[in-house]
Amino acid sequence: MERTMQQNGERMIIAIASGKGGTGKTTVAVNLALSLSNVQLMDCDVEEPNAHLFLDPVIEEITPACTQVPRVNYDLCDYCGKCAAACEYNALVVVPQKEVMVFPELCHGCGLCSLVCPQDAISEEPREIGVIKTGKSSDGNIDLVYGVLNIGEVMATPLIDQVKATIDPEKTVIIDASPGTACPVIAAVQGSDYCILVTEPTPFGLYDLKLAVDVLRVLKIPFGMVINRAGIGDRKVYEYCEKEKIQILLEIPHDTRIARYYSKGVPFVKTMPEWKEHFAGIIDSIYLQTTRLDKNNT
Amino acid sequence: MKQITVISGKGGTGKTTLVGSLAAIAENKVIADCDVDAPDLHLLVHPEIIKREEFRGAKVAVMDKTLCTECGTCEETCRFNAIASIEGSGYAVNPTRCEGCGACVFTCPGEAVTLKERVSGYAFISKTNYGPMVHAQLNIAEEASGKLVTVVRNNAQQVAEKEGCELILIDGSPGIGCPVIASLTGVDLALIVTEPTMSGLHDLERIMDVTRHFGVGSAVCINKYDINEDNSAKITEFCRQRGIAVVGNIPYDPVVTEAMVAGKPVVEFSSGVVSKAINDIWAGINQYE
Repeated sequence: MERTMQQNGERMIIAIASGKGGTGKTTVAVNLALSLSNVQLMDCDVEEPNAHLFLDPVIEEITPACTQVPRVNYDLCDYCGKCAAACEYNALVVVPQKEVMVFPELCHGCGLCSLVCPQDAISEEPREIGVIKTGKSSDGNIDLVYGVLNIGEVMATPLIDQVKATIDPEKTVIIDASPGTACPVIAAVQGSDYCILVTEPTPFGLYDLKLAVDVLRVLKIPFGMVINRAGIGDRKVYEYCEKEKIQILLEIPHDTRIARYYSKGVPFVKTMPEWKEHFAGIIDSIYLQTTRLDKNNT
Repeated sequence: MKQITVISGKGGTGKTTLVGSLAAIAENKVIADCDVDAPDLHLLVHPEIIKREEFRGAKVAVMDKTLCTECGTCEETCRFNAIASIEGSGYAVNPTRCEGCGACVFTCPGEAVTLKERVSGYAFISKTNYGPMVHAQLNIAEEASGKLVTVVRNNAQQVAEKEGCELILIDGSPGIGCPVIASLTGVDLALIVTEPTMSGLHDLERIMDVTRHFGVGSAVCINKYDINEDNSAKITEFCRQRGIAVVGNIPYDPVVTEAMVAGKPVVEFSSGVVSKAINDIWAGINQYE
């Protein structure tokens, strides 16, 4: 039996995050997507996207993702230096009567330099930071979108924002975020209706989980927990969840079969189909939790 | 002085487990945790903080509602969707989206917006049983993690010079982006920890592209190599083609998690196969150089 998120007539955007890396975000994202219908899976870990490795997708489109960087018209520039003084990122250096050096890798594309230039000498030109790949899983059931950041590139957030600009409102959207708690994670989870945090029951898992929980509380995104590799480590993640009243949506046991399927790039719901029901059940739990929250808020 | 950064591309492959143990094995070094947004190394080496300094990273726009005429110019100017009008309460800045560029400050006709510095995190200098340690913690929902990594690296350099250390041992963060690049620039060796999974192999290739891009020499070790020996063979062959040394294979052993629960580097917790493999890796690196 396959479920969609059409309960209440609304489709949800569900982000998957973790704090600690390697806890199983992509495992949860891919297996959850395969357990639902009418799904768009968005891999927003643009530094190391992996979801496509499990879906053998047919890529239909590859589009470049760009940010805007300044371009100086030397016919108009009088080297006054206002652009460099205004730039908060030190992306411009003016060498008087000679040149305006632009450091594209420092530029955030805010456009302030062209606004402050009294000579109208600064226009903007696109700079490629990565690509966005769009396609379908080999069975045709999942729409897949993912960003791939160029090697050596530091600007991950604009690429994540551009991946998210392709959100299909007709579908349940699952967003796979990168590890950590800094800007790429915030860009990925912001605007989601719900966030699934994936952790492992170890001291590292717990420490980073607490940081991720703090981030979601700041962003005011409701969340629940999937505990992966249940059975290893200790019970402190469980104690923490109980104390903080965080719902545990699913436990995935520490199981060498699951680890082996993962190592081969096989989503385990394909070979252990009874798990589809467990993953689809996450959606019911989320639905119950969020409607309860709505009631409490009104 | 030598600097070695442990990185991985993919998260959770065992960077911190390895660095914790190398911290216990290597002599006369500074330990630097450059995973500033989800640091874990302190859970193994238990630093005692000697010095704590505020880190001021990005600035943030602040709106003075008494001066705001709700003209909407700031919202039009902002490229990061960080300013929006909230019904009934006027325009407000979303600090988690604001990149502190100041474009809104420039365009606001009423001078209602100003840029303020914010404390984005803290950098620490500490001592441990394994020698001096430098580390940091980025505040919740903050950016500029690359800059904070640079602060940690500068602190490492200063401590190493002051204490006469010959080595800086750096724990990096996952990914290939801004904080990773900041933890890699100018180091002598990137020790890449991978795992024999499709994701591990894919991410290894990308992180190797990054080290090559920045001209940093690399060596690879395969953690949990025995969970899929076919993939481990593929990784070894791939490294051979790239001319990069595989300096060790660490077997899967639940003792690694047990050591983590005990809060100890695995080499101090057990003298089994994992500890032997890590000792061999350290010997291999020193030979390789």
